[in-house]
Amino acid sequence: MQLVLVGTSHHRASLELRERVALDSEQGAALTARLAEGGGEAVCLSTCNRTELYVVGRDADATERAAVAALAELEPEVESALYRLRDHAAALHLFRVAAGLDSLVPGEGEILGQVRVAYEAGVTGALLDRVFRHALHAGRKVRAQTAIGESPASVSSAAAALAEQVFGDLEGRAVMLVGAGAISEQAARNLISRQARIAFVANRTAERAEELARRLGAEPIPLDRLAEALTGVDVVVSSTSAPGFVLEAASVEGALGQRRGRQLLLVDLAVPRDLDPAIHDLDGCYLYDIDDLEAIVSETLVGRRREAERAETIVSAEAEKFHEWHAGLDVVPAIASLRARAEEIREAELRKADALLGRLDDSQRRAVESITTQIVNKLLHLPTVRMKQAAAAADGVVYAETVRHLFGLGEDSPEGGFDR
Amino acid sequence: MAELLFWPALVFYGEAAVGYLGEVRRPGLPGRAATWGVRLGWLTQTALLGVQAARDDGFPWSTWAGSLNLFVWLVVSAYLIWGCRRPYRLLGLTVMPLAAVLLVVARAGGGIAVGTRSHYSNLFLVLHVGLVLAAFAGFTLAAALSALYLWQERRLKQRAATILRRPVPALATLDALALRTIAWSLPALTLGLAVGAIRLVADGDRVDALVVVTIATWLVWAAYLVLRLAAGWAGRRAAYLALAGFALVIVVRIALPATHFA
Repeated sequence: MQLVLVGTSHHRASLELRERVALDSEQGAALTARLAEGGGEAVCLSTCNRTELYVVGRDADATERAAVAALAELEPEVESALYRLRDHAAALHLFRVAAGLDSLVPGEGEILGQVRVAYEAGVTGALLDRVFRHALHAGRKVRAQTAIGESPASVSSAAAALAEQVFGDLEGRAVMLVGAGAISEQAARNLISRQARIAFVANRTAERAEELARRLGAEPIPLDRLAEALTGVDVVVSSTSAPGFVLEAASVEGALGQRRGRQLLLVDLAVPRDLDPAIHDLDGCYLYDIDDLEAIVSETLVGRRREAERAETIVSAEAEKFHEWHAGLDVVPAIASLRARAEEIREAELRKADALLGRLDDSQRRAVESITTQIVNKLLHLPTVRMKQAAAAADGVVYAETVRHLFGLGEDSPEGGFDR
Repeated sequence: MAELLFWPALVFYGEAAVGYLGEVRRPGLPGRAATWGVRLGWLTQTALLGVQAARDDGFPWSTWAGSLNLFVWLVVSAYLIWGCRRPYRLLGLTVMPLAAVLLVVARAGGGIAVGTRSHYSNLFLVLHVGLVLAAFAGFTLAAALSALYLWQERRLKQRAATILRRPVPALATLDALALRTIAWSLPALTLGLAVGAIRLVADGDRVDALVVVTIATWLVWAAYLVLRLAAGWAGRRAAYLALAGFALVIVVRIALPATHFA
């Protein structure tokens, strides 16, 4: 059985093309069921950055053709953007994907969960089961042993990480959004994922403030109530299209008296800026604009890339272990046949000597059984080890055939050559 | 025996101080090695204090140098409560060099020796010296937390791009921990001073310079608590006040022993 991978990702396909071959969970399940018909195995991994089919079949060429055809059915244009990998290369690719090393932002953590979901929804057997479990293990190991996923990968996650630098645990911390656009919402979602609470949404257009506030469980307020609301919040995220400052330093200074020394983090994601830069000079106020956050993200990306080198080493080692296991599959039937044949001969010889052994008591008989078993095991130990080693070095099939030939494995009569 | 234990304790504390310095340059292994240095140094110094207590007839740390030895142990004990956690490792950068230096000073002053005796009762010494030193150890830790607060606050104000690279406790956490530590330490100092005052009156002794500075220290820390809890002080101002209070602790510990122990 061979492992075949056919897919495309952000490396090879534009966003428009990726959208056309993206599959939801139901479509993915239907496709994998179709590809696995007739005793095969299939897993479909479809995220915003990639659509990949992992398929196991006896005939690698036919399996690959079926997988290509399945994706081309969705969008014929995708065929030129597909990559096709087999066996060790396919497994290594999956391991890198699970570790986040093939992601747009190295080390992003979401992909590990997506790989797990794809695996659970797939039609898996011995091979895909093993390769996906091993890939998930490699992904977890990379995250545990490197700092690749510790730093923020976007401006909004950098803002949330900064809030943690100021307040520690964000549970229950109150956030005010100024502006009700997509950027504000993205930042809010990031803060919510860290247990922060969106307290207010302020916007020039009341309807949009109300709509976003309803979605986030917050209170909508007009922009002229900003200074008043400042007394009760810990974080302000601003992203409006206003041409001037929506919050002046004097307004913030006026609110500080009622804050009783509590720190205030202000994040200005707008261009032109919404928040008066002089706010940063006020005691206990920390104002970060888009340039500051981008500088933080760039700096952390340098760290991520450094960690990615360590992660590649871990992934390679894990992929090698899988390769050894997979290669060993070629020689396992030969080893099993050899051992079965040896055991058959041992038992046959003991039966022949039964007349002699009949004079032995039970303990002596057990000793003879034990000795003959040990002889067989010791004789077969080195050939077994050598065959497994040869399998890892790609000579496994040759060795297996040689052993089958030399010991007459698979031939009808065990009496044919061994017991004479 | 005490002398034999002093050197490994000093080596471990010194190794921890160097390790924390290395942690600033390259986080990871140096920090872990430093934390083990603190643990092993503390265990060795605990054994050293144990030997002193076993050999002496009474309270063995009644001299200035002896009390400095005990003070170092209390400071490191207080540090160990948080210091082993990764974000707090940088705290060791302020605590451990101080501990190593003070341990050397304690030895130079004879604080490692055994067989010292005081004419005061053991109960008095345990209550007075023990409580005052425990409070001072708490203030030292609070000052270290405040120093770390000011360092981290400065980085946030500078908008350093590397701000997320090094794990440091959050500002609010440092602020709250300093307050909590002082809230525990001030009552201990109050009780320790009260015990000393009772003895002073009973013996008809005069108030010396050390007592005056210690009372000034008490006032600064009491002001810290009042300003924080009643006037809403927090953050940078509170951190500077804590450092001012700690400066007085240092004065009490180092500069004026001759007066009080004479």
